Amino acid sequence: MLAHFSNIITVFLMVAGLFIIIARGNLIKKLIGLSLFQTSVYLLYITPGKLIGGTAPIISPQYTVYSNPLPHVLILTAIVVGVATLALGLALAVRIREAYGSIEEDEILERDRGVEAEEAKEARS
Amino acid sequence: MRNDLVLRVIGRLMIPSILLFALYVQFHGDFGPGGGFQAGVIVAAGIVFYALIYGVTATRRLVPDSVVETMVAAGVLIYAGVGLAGLLLGGHYLDYSVLGHDPVHGQHRGIFWVEVGVATTVCGVMLKIFYMFTSRGNSED
Amino acid sequence: MAISVLAIVVTRNLFSVIVLSGAYSFLMATVLVALDAVDVAMTEAAVGAGISTVLLLGALHLCKSLEAKPAHKPWLPLAVSVATGALLVYGALGLPDFGDPDAPIHKNVVPRYMKNEVEVPNVVTAVLASFRGYDTLGETTVVFTAGAGVIALLRRRKQGSEKASGDA
Repeated sequence: MLAHFSNIITVFLMVAGLFIIIARGNLIKKLIGLSLFQTSVYLLYITPGKLIGGTAPIISPQYTVYSNPLPHVLILTAIVVGVATLALGLALAVRIREAYGSIEEDEILERDRGVEAEEAKEARS
Repeated sequence: MRNDLVLRVIGRLMIPSILLFALYVQFHGDFGPGGGFQAGVIVAAGIVFYALIYGVTATRRLVPDSVVETMVAAGVLIYAGVGLAGLLLGGHYLDYSVLGHDPVHGQHRGIFWVEVGVATTVCGVMLKIFYMFTSRGNSED
Repeated sequence: MAISVLAIVVTRNLFSVIVLSGAYSFLMATVLVALDAVDVAMTEAAVGAGISTVLLLGALHLCKSLEAKPAHKPWLPLAVSVATGALLVYGALGLPDFGDPDAPIHKNVVPRYMKNEVEVPNVVTAVLASFRGYDTLGETTVVFTAGAGVIALLRRRKQGSEKASGDA
């Protein structure tokens, strides 16, 4: 069990992010949940690369055991892409707020339903 | 916040060191932790810090929008240009070995320019996004 | 870290949620240093705690800062999340042990990277820019595209087009 402790933490973070995304209606909260989920993915990638007794993958004559550099590269790009997509999501949220006056999912859906009902009434008359 | 003495003094001390650290991270990335991504983000963070203390208008005067937008595009072009340079000098696309007089030297040169491109784009995009959000806020107030 | 995550889940004031997520990012960066990923930790500290926090606050400035009370009880999402978590833990038990040098991840391409053919001591930089140059090029393009998307979404329209879209 102890050998999988890191994985269990990863899973916990992932599930917390998932829960925020599903259960909360606020769009900004959802985006924070999404970035929580992302950080758990960082852990998922980085932890298998760690070697006990290893050091950071910067070659130097003093060390012989290095941790695996490949996940570091992948996650490095993932972080920057993550913040770029976060900014894009926030921009969408701001525009939604300007169009609907709210960033709560329920209120947005309600307004959409209201508009649809009105359109249907107009079509009938 | 512009008149807060503590913030101004700390800002004066911190911002040059942040920018200097970013340059160190950028050019020492071959030997220690660091590289284009980190340097770009750190430069952007330093300028955002400046904006928090001195106001966005002053920052926009210092780093105008046109410069930022040029940076966004220039970074990708530098990166792609390095690839094309390899192609023109007789190698494969993004093959750095032909860029110098011997493969290792060429690799170093290629990595250096690629990192410069990455840093430029990342820094430009972060700043542009920051400007976009703040300018929206001012328009509504 | 778990505490700050739980706090993020239950807190409804978005301002404190954002500050908490900044703290969480710093904790995550510390964990990454402990896992030898110094480059990643540096990026996470600068991006997660610095830029994201500022961006979230900037977006929050444009929106309401208090989250509405959830309309319905979150039992179904909770059940879905717990079920997913249980499944993932079950799956994780089949993974190689933590720090196992014989895990498949250490066996394939990594020995070649570690031979340091390009003579750049920081292997992360070497792999990023040289061995996986195409990935990084594509990734830079993604960042560029995201920036272009934000510009397209948030650019202030000229007065004329504003009126036209208002009429439509």
